[in-house]
Order: sequence, then C-alpha cells, then structure tokens
Amino acid sequence: MDDLVKDPVTGETLVALTPEQIERRELLERERIERAERQAKVGHIPTVIVDDIHIVYKIYGAGVGKGSATSALSRIVSRRTSPALTEVHAVKGISFTAYKGEAIGLIGSNGSGKSTTLSAVAGLLPVESGAIYTDGQPSLLGVNATMMSDLTGERNVVLGCLAMGMSKAEVKAKYQDIVDFSGIQERGDFVSLPMRTYSSGMAARLRFSIAAAKTHDVLLIDEALATGDTAFQKRSEDRIRELRKEAGTVFLVSHNNKSIRDTCDRTIWLEAGHIRADGPTEDVVKEYEDYMKSR
Amino acid sequence: MSTVYEQRVAGIAGANPDAALSPAELAAKYGLSVSGKRPSLPSYTRQLWSRRQFITAFATARLIAMYTAAKLGQIWQVMTPLLNAGVYYLVFGLLLGQSRGIPDFIAYLCCGVFVFQFTQSAILSGTRSITDNLHLIRALHFPRACLPIAFTVIQLQQLIFSMGVLGVIMLVSGQPLTWHWLLVLPILLLQSVFNTGLALIMARIGAKTTDMAQLMPFVIRTWMYLSGVFWAVSTFTAKAPHWAAILLNLNPALIFNDLMRYALMTSVPASILPSHVWLITAGWALVFGLGGYIFFWRSEEEYGRG
Repeated sequence: MDDLVKDPVTGETLVALTPEQIERRELLERERIERAERQAKVGHIPTVIVDDIHIVYKIYGAGVGKGSATSALSRIVSRRTSPALTEVHAVKGISFTAYKGEAIGLIGSNGSGKSTTLSAVAGLLPVESGAIYTDGQPSLLGVNATMMSDLTGERNVVLGCLAMGMSKAEVKAKYQDIVDFSGIQERGDFVSLPMRTYSSGMAARLRFSIAAAKTHDVLLIDEALATGDTAFQKRSEDRIRELRKEAGTVFLVSHNNKSIRDTCDRTIWLEAGHIRADGPTEDVVKEYEDYMKSR
Repeated sequence: MSTVYEQRVAGIAGANPDAALSPAELAAKYGLSVSGKRPSLPSYTRQLWSRRQFITAFATARLIAMYTAAKLGQIWQVMTPLLNAGVYYLVFGLLLGQSRGIPDFIAYLCCGVFVFQFTQSAILSGTRSITDNLHLIRALHFPRACLPIAFTVIQLQQLIFSMGVLGVIMLVSGQPLTWHWLLVLPILLLQSVFNTGLALIMARIGAKTTDMAQLMPFVIRTWMYLSGVFWAVSTFTAKAPHWAAILLNLNPALIFNDLMRYALMTSVPASILPSHVWLITAGWALVFGLGGYIFFWRSEEEYGRG
C-alpha cells in the first residue's frame, strides 16, 4: 500500500493522507514550533494551572418539586437537609496547565463539563477537591451573561468598562471603538435603545466587544461568539489573536470546530467529566470528529 | 501531571526547568493565586476605591431607568415621598388623631417619613442587590460591595429630592429658615454610612437566604412603629420600665428622625434628644458602617455562585 504515510508530528503510520493534507500539517507544525520558540524566548510562563479538580453540583428539591410547606418547616426545625438533594459529579479529576500566549479550545459533547470547567477557572464555582491557580482574575464571557437589560447599549458599554476597572477618560477614549467593533449600529441607532430590545446575536456582540476592549491576562469565552454572524465571528477571531499577542491566554468553548481550528493551537477534549485528549488542535479535533461520527 | 502535548512543547522549548515541580509549587513560583480567592481587606478596599466611578455611574443609570416605564417619568421622584406623607397624614393625623400633643404635626410627620424611608429603602434594596444582579456578577469581575453601596447611593439621591420637598413643606407650614438647617449635612452623612453598613449586611444575608426578601418588609414595619415616625416615642417610654426606655431611646432610626426634626423645626427642643446624641449617632454609623463592610467582605468569593 503506497498511500501509507508517516505522520510528520508523531511518526505514527496514517492511512490515506493526501499530499495537500501533509503540506497543511507541516505548515501547522512549523507555526507551532515557531510559537514554542517564541514562548521559549519570553519564558514558559504558566497562567492557569488546574490541578486534579472535581466539581459536584448539589441540587436541592430535584424530583419531588418544592415539597409541601409543612415538610419544609419540619426540615428547618429538625435541621435535616432536604431528602431531595441530588449530586451531579460534573467534572471528575481534570488537570492541565495553560501558558502565556496560548489559545486553548475546549470541545466535547453537551454536558461533558466544558462550561463547568470554565466557570471554576473564573472562580465562580467552588471545586470539591483539587485546586485552580490563575494569574490575575480571569474574565468569563458566557452566552447567557445578559448585562443590564433595561439600560441602553451606551450605558451598558460605559458601566461595563467602569466595572472592569477602567477610568472615565479611558472609557471615553475606547467607547467609539467598542461600538464600531460590535457593529450594532449597522442597522440603525441601536446603541441608544435599551438592551432588552436587542436580538440575542446583537446583545452577544456588544458583550463581547465590551469584554474584549480590555487586555485580559486570561479570557474565557463560552460559546459567546456562536450567535454572531459570519462577519462578526471573523472580527472576533482576529481580536482573539490580538489578545494572544498581548501575551494573554484565551480559552474558547465552542461546538463550531471551524472556529476552534481557526483560533486555537491547542485543544482539550472533555467527555463525561474526564479529559479524553489534550494536544494540537488538528489532531484532537480530527479524533473528536471521528468519534462523533461513529456515535 | 502534564499531558503528552505539554511535554512535547516543553521539549521544543528546551529542557523545562519546571517539569519536576508539583502544580502548587509551580503556581507559587510564578506567583499564581488560587482562583476566586477572597482578596485581603486592604486590597479589597483598594479595588473598591478604584471602582468609585462605577458606583456613581451605576447609581445614576439605575435612578434614571427606574421611572422610564412610567408616563410621568422623573416626577415620581417627588410624587412618591409626597404621596407617602399624604397617606400617613390621612391615617395618623386625621383618622386616629395622633397629632394631639405634637405641634406642627405635618412637618413632624413628613420629616419622620422621609428620613425613615431612606433607611427602609436602603435595607430593602440592599437585601435584593446581589440576587437581582446575578447576571452582572457572573458576567464581570468587580468587588461585589459595589452593588449594595451603589443601591444606597441611589436611595441617597432619591432622598435629596425628598429633602427638597421637605424643605418646602417646612417653609409652607411656617418653620423659619435658620442656621440650624445646616445640621442636615452631618446628619445625612452619618445616616448614609449607617445605611450603607445595613445594606451590606442585608446583601450578604439576602444572597444566602432568599426567603429574607419576603420577611424584611414585616421587620421594617415593626421597626418603623418603634421609631417615632407618626407619634412621639416619649408617650410610651414614659410608662415603660427604665431599661426598655433606654433601649427605645438608643434606636438609631429614632435618633436620626429626632435629630432631623431638631435641625429643621424650631418647635422641637434639644431636650427630646438623649444626652451625647452626636457621640451615639457617630457610634452607630461607625459600628454598622465598618462592621457591615467586613461582614460583607468575608463572604466575597461566594456571591454569584450556585
């Protein structure tokens, strides 16, 4: 069989790799080496260390509804915990280290623990055991993070920036850039309307633009780009690259494998709370796609 | 524990001097901190100070948004306290006839209603300040104490409208404008510190125990009846046992009410105030302001979790 080709990265024998594929892999590998060399120059500096974390959700009142008032009272009096306490072990022993300048994709099927992991890295969820160490305060950008929906887009921009610790002068200087980047003015003067009147895509775009206006040491993006249109996705991918050049670390949760391929050089594949693979995006996403097809 | 990929990258980057370190040692070496850990009190205070523009901008934005759905808009800023005073005048002044024995009852009543309203709304909005803004807390990182403080600032801004109305009521009901009116400033300052502390305490309790929001209106109403808003508390402290009278007279809400009346009304003599009144008031403000702040900070890492 003459289409048996050696993988230039791992040296494993692969079946049916076209010359174009080999070329692309070699290109990606060169880029990766360049990046690693660049990292070697600035030093291999970790920004997020996740050390064997377990996350357990405790859900009260599952199954039996709210319970009757008398049973709730007797529970309070006798100090028993609710019998309807259900535990969901969402993350079961994950460890990885992220370094400066890396963009890491998180993939996996629904309910595999991706968003949970990001929330924990952001410090919004307590870990049951293990520890998460971060450089500074990571910023989480989630898809359902609505801001102040009864205030105008303009006020949301100003308040969001002030809350991130910018001064009034900085906000003034960056305001126009943020609005332009979000592109919400393309369909009329939306920035002076309350945010509750926005479509979900527009709101997500404005939120991303606000968060991306600041240089973050660690930026966690949870499906926040999924609702934007193609033009916006392209812009935000460029912005993520810029953020990485400014020596930050970016995590991206997405079900869009293309945007993972385009933005991330490293990908972690989670399945049922375990790390199934951690490595170069090309390899891991391929493996993941094959796995999903076989199901 | 490092993965295959990390080892390979480390290989390209040259010998990794950190390979032998445990995660905790590695974190210590590069100065990483545990995610979501509560900052120390001084650094928390510094963070909070750097967000002062956020607090005022947030308060202003909320205040403007508050009445945008109403047709009369900002007029409600003035209408709400007036209607409040009107209802209490109807019930306690006309129907129950509590005004007997109190000179200038309308001025007396409005003063009490407006001043107590400030504390009352600071507590109520403080209780909900975390639970009603969970989305903001989960979206952005900022010291959470910004929220209860901002809501107290909103109440203060509303009170300033009420004070304008109160000033007019005072002059119309025949109270002269005197230098004593300047006492309003230190009184409001102390009351603001006191209310901020209360709002911080209630914010932490309300964030943990959501049932609190249902219970608070009753607690506050009881407190209001004990605070001499509609009648002179001296009518029942005279009959009460000595210790109870002392306790009733130390009630901070009563002291703020009486101080404000003393400042604005010539018919209220200094003798209704307990001795060392400024010392007691400053004490209340300090204990609650500082205590509330520390109490809130001690749970900082837990707000918005769940």
